[in-house]
Amino acid sequence: MTARTPMIEMRSVSKHFGSVIAISDISMQVYSGEVMCLLGDNGAGKSTLIKTLSGVHQPTHGEMLLDGKPARFKSPAYALDAGIATVFQDLAMVPLMSITRNFFMGREPTVGWGPLKRIDWKYADRVAKEEMAKIGIDVRDPSQPVGTLSGGERQCVAIARAVYFGAKVLILDEPTSALGVKQASVVLRYIAKARADGLAVIFITHNVHHAYPVADAFTLLSRGGSLGSFRKEEVSREEVLNMMAGGAELESLDAELAEFQRDDKAKKASLADQDTQPADETGSTEPPSPRTASGY
Amino acid sequence: MNSTETKQSVAPATVDQDERIQRVSFWKKALNRPELGALAGAVLVLAFFIAASSGTGMFTPAGIINFLEVAAQLGIIATAAALLMIGGEFDLSIGSMIGLAGILIAIPAVEYGWPLWAAILLAFACAGLVGWINGNLVNKTGLPSFIVTLGFLFILRGLAIGTSRLLTGRTQVGGVQDHIPGDWFAALFSGEVATGLFSWMAANGWMATNFAGNPTVTGIPVSIVWWLGLTAVATWVLLCTPYGNWIFASGGDANAARNSGVPVHRVKISLFMFTAFSATIFACIQVMDTGSADTIRGLLKELEAIIAVVIGGALLTGGYGSAIGAALGALIFGMVQMGIFYTGVNTDWFQVFLGVMLLVAVLFNNYMRKKAMEAK
Repeated sequence: MTARTPMIEMRSVSKHFGSVIAISDISMQVYSGEVMCLLGDNGAGKSTLIKTLSGVHQPTHGEMLLDGKPARFKSPAYALDAGIATVFQDLAMVPLMSITRNFFMGREPTVGWGPLKRIDWKYADRVAKEEMAKIGIDVRDPSQPVGTLSGGERQCVAIARAVYFGAKVLILDEPTSALGVKQASVVLRYIAKARADGLAVIFITHNVHHAYPVADAFTLLSRGGSLGSFRKEEVSREEVLNMMAGGAELESLDAELAEFQRDDKAKKASLADQDTQPADETGSTEPPSPRTASGY
Repeated sequence: MNSTETKQSVAPATVDQDERIQRVSFWKKALNRPELGALAGAVLVLAFFIAASSGTGMFTPAGIINFLEVAAQLGIIATAAALLMIGGEFDLSIGSMIGLAGILIAIPAVEYGWPLWAAILLAFACAGLVGWINGNLVNKTGLPSFIVTLGFLFILRGLAIGTSRLLTGRTQVGGVQDHIPGDWFAALFSGEVATGLFSWMAANGWMATNFAGNPTVTGIPVSIVWWLGLTAVATWVLLCTPYGNWIFASGGDANAARNSGVPVHRVKISLFMFTAFSATIFACIQVMDTGSADTIRGLLKELEAIIAVVIGGALLTGGYGSAIGAALGALIFGMVQMGIFYTGVNTDWFQVFLGVMLLVAVLFNNYMRKKAMEAK
């Protein structure tokens, strides 16, 4: 493992926006054929980190190495050319444009020469349809606008596009967050397939249950800094969850929940004693809400 | 998702034909094209004037050339405005650019004895610079192009009047026609084409002739050739080239386009330059045709171009539209303007009609876009 060069490596990378330090001193290695899960709460710096990786931002300090060689990307186009494909949360799709036009946006296949150089629509339509079929989405008509697709289908178009264009590194920004269970599993299966094909995948999420099954390693971010990288063998699902939410916070939450449960039991007991009492304990239905609000 | 699955189980795929695609009729396909509304409008207007103007000479060869010429002049700038609007921006400085370009051609040629081709090249160079500045300002500041080009609407008009008055003491410069003969570059913007064909047709009795035996229409004005040529090229670019895809992407979602590696800034700058060039082509044709330049030329043309583009099915928000639609919009414009003249309706009503047309077109486009975005 140590003999291999990471496909992409960050060495103490920082990014400042004016006086705001968005990320500081982040180091991370991702190898080919592995999935690195980037976990962190809202505002932890996940978005800034991937935007730096994909060339949208340039790091203020530190360096990035692609396949062992120092790399600096002036714009997303340079990162794309170097083989780093990013599927942003907004998917970089134009809803009014057709699937094929979106699929080949910025990298249109052409035939002909000189002023007669034109897009090879036949080839483009066929490839778009085939690539979508590979990941189990049967496109009815590749000339239909992307706006008519469902969220999961759009996500898959975006990922299929990234993989088709020879990405060596695939960065997925919360690909499963807006999806239903079934569609999320389609995307997860596809991530596993991309890993098997030898891509280095960086998978950003705050859902440990989506991250744990497909991940080989985890990097945890908190408040712009890294809490460290862990191999999957080293940590359990609960440990990851603990680190993500901040262990102490979660313990105190558990304690609170236990407290509520005891209250519930006491109330139920008292209700059983005197069931003529009007039921006005609407407050007891609220305790679970901190759990959903904490963001997983 | 659910509905498609149930359909699948009802009708298992047996052939390579996808059972989930209904046989889409030609008409249904046409409904999804942006220029459909404009086509329907053009047919309606045509039918109306054929009925209303019978016997007035609107649909004699000379009459047809007349309204086509009006449509052509507007169509030249509308094509460029359409590409720009699909690319997500406006150019309100087109009209003023027409006035300025005319002055830039006429003053060097008439007052300073430049050859006409050099004066025309100067106008094109200045137009390119204006377009480049417009594009860069919009890109760098992120301000709406509406505001930036509104500024240039006044700047360019003022420059035209100021320069003209400073150098010649007048705001009109005449006498350009004396410089046209023998100038190879000016020939591109003046005169008529296919004159031989028309006299041949007249000689064979296929076309009416006047008392001297010449055909009533001696040829196709060069503006119509420019119009059709530009529309064809713009359509080719939009539908068939990578650059066309970038225009749609830049207008549909500039951020998404940039993240996919589309050079959005370069696309927008080139589109602003193209609108300024189209205004210069317009000015060239007008100056050669009338033999004079006037600083007030091109007034309100930017709005007429936008009307033609919107009637042609383009979305004001960008990312959707067509050059053929813009050409049809210009055609409607020309037919109505000349038709009102021929039918003897007070021309004051032209503007009322124009405004109503615009509103109807926008409502129709809005409705069609919603239909297009529904899952089929």
